[in-house]
Amino acid sequence: MRHMAIIRNLVAYYTMIKSLSIFGHRLRLCLAVALVALGGLVHAAGLEVVVTGVGSNREPVIIPVFENEGSLPYTVSDVVRADLERSGRFSLINIGTLPLPEPLEPDFDALNSRGAHAALTASVVSVEGGRYEVRFRLYNTLTKVELGAMMLRMSPNQNRLTGHRIADFVYEKLYGMPGYFSTRIAYVVKSGTRYELQIADVDGMDAQPALRSNEPIISPAWSPDGQRLAYVSFEAKKPIIYVHTLTTGQRRVVANFKGSNSAPAWAPDGTQLAVVLTKDGLSQLYVINADGSGARRLTSSNGIDTEPFWSPDGEWIYFSSDRGGNPQIYRVSTRSGSVQRVTFDGSYNVSPRVSPDGKLLAFITRDGGRFRVAVQDLTSASRQTITLTDSSRDESPSFAPNGQMILYATDAGGRGVLSAVSPDGLVKQRLSVQASDVREPAWGPLLR
Amino acid sequence: MKKLLLPVLLSSVLLAACESTTVAPGSDTSGIPTVIVDAPVNPDTGYKELDDPSSILYKRSVYFDFDRYDINPQYRPLVEAHASFLSKHPELSIQIAGNTDERGSREYNLALGQKRAEAVRRALVLLGARDSQIEAVSLGEEKPACTAATEECYAQNRRGDLQYPAK
Repeated sequence: MRHMAIIRNLVAYYTMIKSLSIFGHRLRLCLAVALVALGGLVHAAGLEVVVTGVGSNREPVIIPVFENEGSLPYTVSDVVRADLERSGRFSLINIGTLPLPEPLEPDFDALNSRGAHAALTASVVSVEGGRYEVRFRLYNTLTKVELGAMMLRMSPNQNRLTGHRIADFVYEKLYGMPGYFSTRIAYVVKSGTRYELQIADVDGMDAQPALRSNEPIISPAWSPDGQRLAYVSFEAKKPIIYVHTLTTGQRRVVANFKGSNSAPAWAPDGTQLAVVLTKDGLSQLYVINADGSGARRLTSSNGIDTEPFWSPDGEWIYFSSDRGGNPQIYRVSTRSGSVQRVTFDGSYNVSPRVSPDGKLLAFITRDGGRFRVAVQDLTSASRQTITLTDSSRDESPSFAPNGQMILYATDAGGRGVLSAVSPDGLVKQRLSVQASDVREPAWGPLLR
Repeated sequence: MKKLLLPVLLSSVLLAACESTTVAPGSDTSGIPTVIVDAPVNPDTGYKELDDPSSILYKRSVYFDFDRYDINPQYRPLVEAHASFLSKHPELSIQIAGNTDERGSREYNLALGQKRAEAVRRALVLLGARDSQIEAVSLGEEKPACTAATEECYAQNRRGDLQYPAK
């Protein structure tokens, strides 16, 4: 695992140096890369992902080395295997360096004798312009039925992008819902007194800072199109909401009213944000247009209403409130403004997030001084709280776009780390950055 | 396999660096420009009474008990002194920053910090400061005065700070 972290780190350093390459002499660049690469061996600083729990029924699958994969400078099949392994839903059967060439039908009996239920056949073909084509086909080896086939074109450096796409394909064919391996996450890293809002691939690779500040940054929220992040920055010595376009670095203040401005949440269509303002007293919910115009109040309590989160159908905004004496989760109708209480167990339930299918509520519950990720089935009348973790400082849950994992921040030895848990509590992962505090994760949308 | 992979990747990275100028391997996402912002630090106010360490006006913090959002009577003289100073200086506007300890949700704590700031703001206004002179804001758990996970530290962080502008 340490080696993997180092490799990731090398790639990150390499990315950094490459971006400087237009300024430098080639030889100097070469030396710089060598020096930085050596430094990388000492300071492994990438976001490292470790699987700490797996599903109860993992699908045994063979992802072989691709035929002619050696012609690529960087491997693709390793990326596919790592993605599927990390999901906790598959067990990877190793058949060594033997490729299963596409479009040939594999020897099903031989694969079955290794315990496989499914296998990928794949070949790499060189095409014009220095590009490559990966052709692959997935089979149910027990029924000997082909489950689907695809071709992806790639430049040699797109090994990881291509690998994630193939892993998404395999996941969807075998697991029945879209994969999340091509998605990105946002989170905040605190190092000393510096704060950095970073964007990384969901496997922790390619972490890139979108914002650096010497004041806190909290509550990043992805726009539904994955192009923008709304967040709260304290750079002006008070909480102000910004919308930041990732591709250009352009930022726009969308809420800077008297008092505090916080907790942005995008409407499912991306045209509006629910926000928390204190311009009229204590924290209350408001809705604004995505450009910051047209603020209108949504809730009126004489306590705290905060942490809005839209249901996927746009009908409800879930939020936390102390209107009943202690913090509980409620929801307000975006049409009528009527409010219903949602959580009833315990004396502290906050940070509501609705699953993408609208059926499950994830939140943070306090239980004997411990803060843990919990879920409640929104389709059942029982309103039972199911606690998913046994940690004590969980915060900021965030669903994967397919609803199959919940990313959250927690504490490991006094330092912030990110973890993920499946809604059934079985699959568990940890993502950490060495010697840094990581917090405020937000899982980005599927980009199709 | 991992041990083998490392030198292979290392050499290919170095080789690629020396021989080509293509984008880095695995750079799936388009480059994201980094924006850097730096907030100014808070210097002296320029008012003698405020900058004098022996003056009660030099004290700018009101501490709150656990899970409490009302002002403890021991801070009444401090709040009265600032209310009176503000009423004599209508040209001044201040910010009150509410803070909480680190336990619980960041956003919920931001709202709790606001509740503390708002309590100080109301007290100041009741005691003679103008409504327009005061902005109550919250820093939640984000700017702790003390960072250990102890009750003593938590108590120091449950706080409302009166912040006068830089001169």
